[in-house]
Amino acid sequence: MTRTAATVEGAADPVRAALLRYVLRLGDTSLVLGQRLGEWIGHAPALEEDLGLANIALDLIGQARLLLTYAGEIEGRGRDEDALAFLRDGSDFFNLTLVEQPNGDFGRTIVRQLLVDAWQLEVYEALCASTDRRLAEIAAKAVKETRYHLRYSAGWTVRLGDGTEESHRRVQTALDELWPFTVELVTADEIDALLASRGIAPPLEELAPRWNARIDEVLREATLQRPADVPYAWFGKQGVHSEHLGYLLAEMQFLQRAYPGARW
Amino acid sequence: MYTQGLDSLGKDCLGDSAAESAALEARFQAKIDAEEKIEPKDWMPEAYRRTLIRQISQHAHSEVIGMLPEGNWITRAPTLRRKAVLIAKVQDEGGHGMYLYSAAETLGISRDQMMQQLLSGAAKYSSIFNYPTLTWADVGAIGWLVDGAAIMNQIPLCRCSYGPYARAMVRICREESFHQRQGFEIMLTLARGTPEQKRMAQDALDRWWWPALMMFGPPDAQSKHTAQSMRWKIKRFTNDELRQKFVDVTVPQAEYLGLKIPDPELRWDEETQHYRFGPIDWGEFERVLAGHGPCNRERLEARRRAWEEGAWVREAAIAHAGKRGQRGVQAA
Repeated sequence: MTRTAATVEGAADPVRAALLRYVLRLGDTSLVLGQRLGEWIGHAPALEEDLGLANIALDLIGQARLLLTYAGEIEGRGRDEDALAFLRDGSDFFNLTLVEQPNGDFGRTIVRQLLVDAWQLEVYEALCASTDRRLAEIAAKAVKETRYHLRYSAGWTVRLGDGTEESHRRVQTALDELWPFTVELVTADEIDALLASRGIAPPLEELAPRWNARIDEVLREATLQRPADVPYAWFGKQGVHSEHLGYLLAEMQFLQRAYPGARW
Repeated sequence: MYTQGLDSLGKDCLGDSAAESAALEARFQAKIDAEEKIEPKDWMPEAYRRTLIRQISQHAHSEVIGMLPEGNWITRAPTLRRKAVLIAKVQDEGGHGMYLYSAAETLGISRDQMMQQLLSGAAKYSSIFNYPTLTWADVGAIGWLVDGAAIMNQIPLCRCSYGPYARAMVRICREESFHQRQGFEIMLTLARGTPEQKRMAQDALDRWWWPALMMFGPPDAQSKHTAQSMRWKIKRFTNDELRQKFVDVTVPQAEYLGLKIPDPELRWDEETQHYRFGPIDWGEFERVLAGHGPCNRERLEARRRAWEEGAWVREAAIAHAGKRGQRGVQAA
């Protein structure tokens, strides 16, 4: 299932336009997930988890800064990381719908993290060999961070899945509810396909089985059931989001919107 | 196990006779007078141990509660760089809480016990964190003033007689001074920004100035613990000395920012070479300490909620570790 991405069609340089969109997808995904994790800091189940989640949030914000800066350069309209993060509206955000889902309890946050970490790890590993040098450099840094993130989220998924009856129930429910949002992680659209054909981005159809294998391995160890695939899917990566993104942006962008033009 | 061992060590070493105990105490004080460090396994008077447990755990609690008012702005930080710096800062505070809890644990109390004391309201933490962070400028003011005041208090603690506390403080002070500079830089950006930003900065200074001065504790004449703590070299300067030092350092910084300290009586005293400042409202300090500050209830409520809502997670981690252990035994 794909939709046509308007910026690609009719663009003077379709590859460049697709690259811009793709870099925004990655950057926005890191930004929105980092923003969500930021909500936890000071409220986690233990001090160690406050620090662990803060670490991941910091890495994600760092990735977002590199990616959005690069996006601004590709776009060539003088927008920097902050103009892109704070002055775009929801339909111009291209993050995965999964990352904008509310934190819920710690188990839900962990399941969301696992699903994204495993995906980001596959993407960044592949991007290390991208024909786009800048993207390859960013990926080389991000891949190291993401390995650590996945160790953290997989470790907790196993502990919670194979912990108490209550913890098992909670993470299984979270997994069932978040699963529909994973469809777009492994479903290529025209942008994915175009960039894959140029060696810029990995072909999602090759990435999908590796992502599935990683997830299945963790779920097995966590004694969790892989949910059935569902027909309906969200496509945040094409700017079509759930209702949650608007609130997240309203909070994140508040100061820049309330005081236009101020420097911080 | 370790902590129980310490307790019995203390009792065994106390011996039977009063003379023996006086000798131990004299040796302990001589060590302190010679600027030697007291280590966890050394004999120490029970009151020294209790004083340190109280002080270090209060300090740890202050770091942990202190994560909340600043954490309040993580999701609304105005730029990505500011967001990253703020996350790192709040994370450092959690880290400080962890080293300090560990330092206190060497004195025979567990982190769980300390946490329970905090959640039940039995333990105190710095009164400053019971004030709200209403604007982004408050994040700057906390870094500049609150971390600035904390550094004044904490630098002498790097030479505290109790080894584990002194060593924890060395690392903490390094990070705090970094935070203080970041806070000042936020204030400077605002003070040189738009009129609205400048107003925000002045408003934050107006609200945080007096509570920051209260952070040094009651005046020397009313301070219960000062004299003994100074003999034990837990404390090196009195509350009033440190407060004066803070004012002397901070007033020129406010001038540099172009902001006005909210004290009509503030003036430079040529004779003493110090700033004289107006009376502190100790009634407010007492009220906040007694639980009637603007955010006492919310701060503790947030900690309790995190603790209670995290109970199932901690239980699951223990249950899982148990299962793994059992499987290990079966496999072996």
